[in-house]
Amino acid sequence: MAATVGIVVFPGSNCEHDVAEAVTGLGATARLVFHKENCLDGVDAVVLPGGFAHGDYLRPGAIARFSPVMAAVERFAAAGGPIVGICNGFQVLCEAGLLPGALQKNRGLAFLCQEVELVTVSSRCCLTDGVPATTRLRVPINHFEGCYTASDVVLAALEERDQVVVRYATNPNGSANDIAGVSNEAGNVVGLMPHPERASHEMLGSEDGNVLLAALLRTASRPGAAALA
Amino acid sequence: MAVFEVLVEVTLRPGIADPQGATVERSLPLLGVRSVSGVRVGKAIRLRVDAAGEAEAHRVVVDLCARFLTNPVIEDATVTVLTAG
Repeated sequence: MAATVGIVVFPGSNCEHDVAEAVTGLGATARLVFHKENCLDGVDAVVLPGGFAHGDYLRPGAIARFSPVMAAVERFAAAGGPIVGICNGFQVLCEAGLLPGALQKNRGLAFLCQEVELVTVSSRCCLTDGVPATTRLRVPINHFEGCYTASDVVLAALEERDQVVVRYATNPNGSANDIAGVSNEAGNVVGLMPHPERASHEMLGSEDGNVLLAALLRTASRPGAAALA
Repeated sequence: MAVFEVLVEVTLRPGIADPQGATVERSLPLLGVRSVSGVRVGKAIRLRVDAAGEAEAHRVVVDLCARFLTNPVIEDATVTVLTAG
């Protein structure tokens, strides 16, 4: 049966329909979940999309993490359900403490909107399951606060525990260790700054994002992936 | 109960790169200023707290800083109770 992907919509999210279009194109069912909802029943995977939740006021993701839906997202994560935060969604997951580290303003203080080349690292998380390490993918970025930052201790632990999901081939924003995306230790929660949904059709210049989204859908369709929430 | 005005100053933690501060600092020679260094850009948040005393007002805001007003991964906060209103 096709996986159902719950896409959380905060006030200011602006990539939810792009994600819905991309996962639908891969055979999944998309369901938009408003941030005031407190239930993710029937959802096999959760995506926190890009945008500017709550206007990015205070810090990106700082207010969104207290939305009612986030309690359900935390339960879904604790139960092992696959969750991916893209761009602003990555910032929300870090603020919520579901992923380690934080995202700072880009080193050059430029808003970056460009295609980048990614290199996959881990092949065990929900976004790269079955994707061979060192696979190269062309996917766009579109952010101002995407410089991944964490303490040296946390960075060493991420490397050691295979929690680095993708790196930039050429670091565009100053991220520590060229990190473009990380997972939690279990691998079921992933955040990344690049937008795989914007590389989901040759019309968009690249279909490489489908490699990642297809892996998410495979994980979501696995029995027991979200028996859970 | 009294109303206390509180100032929260949020700064990036020591060792965390501050591209805004660095950019401001680099621009200073354009103004002919060469005696200023160590520029760090943060933010200030002012708020009012209903509390029984200054210590309680301070405690409430410190708790808010830890849970919401700062990201402890990259930011520190200094909390100053300014006035009892």
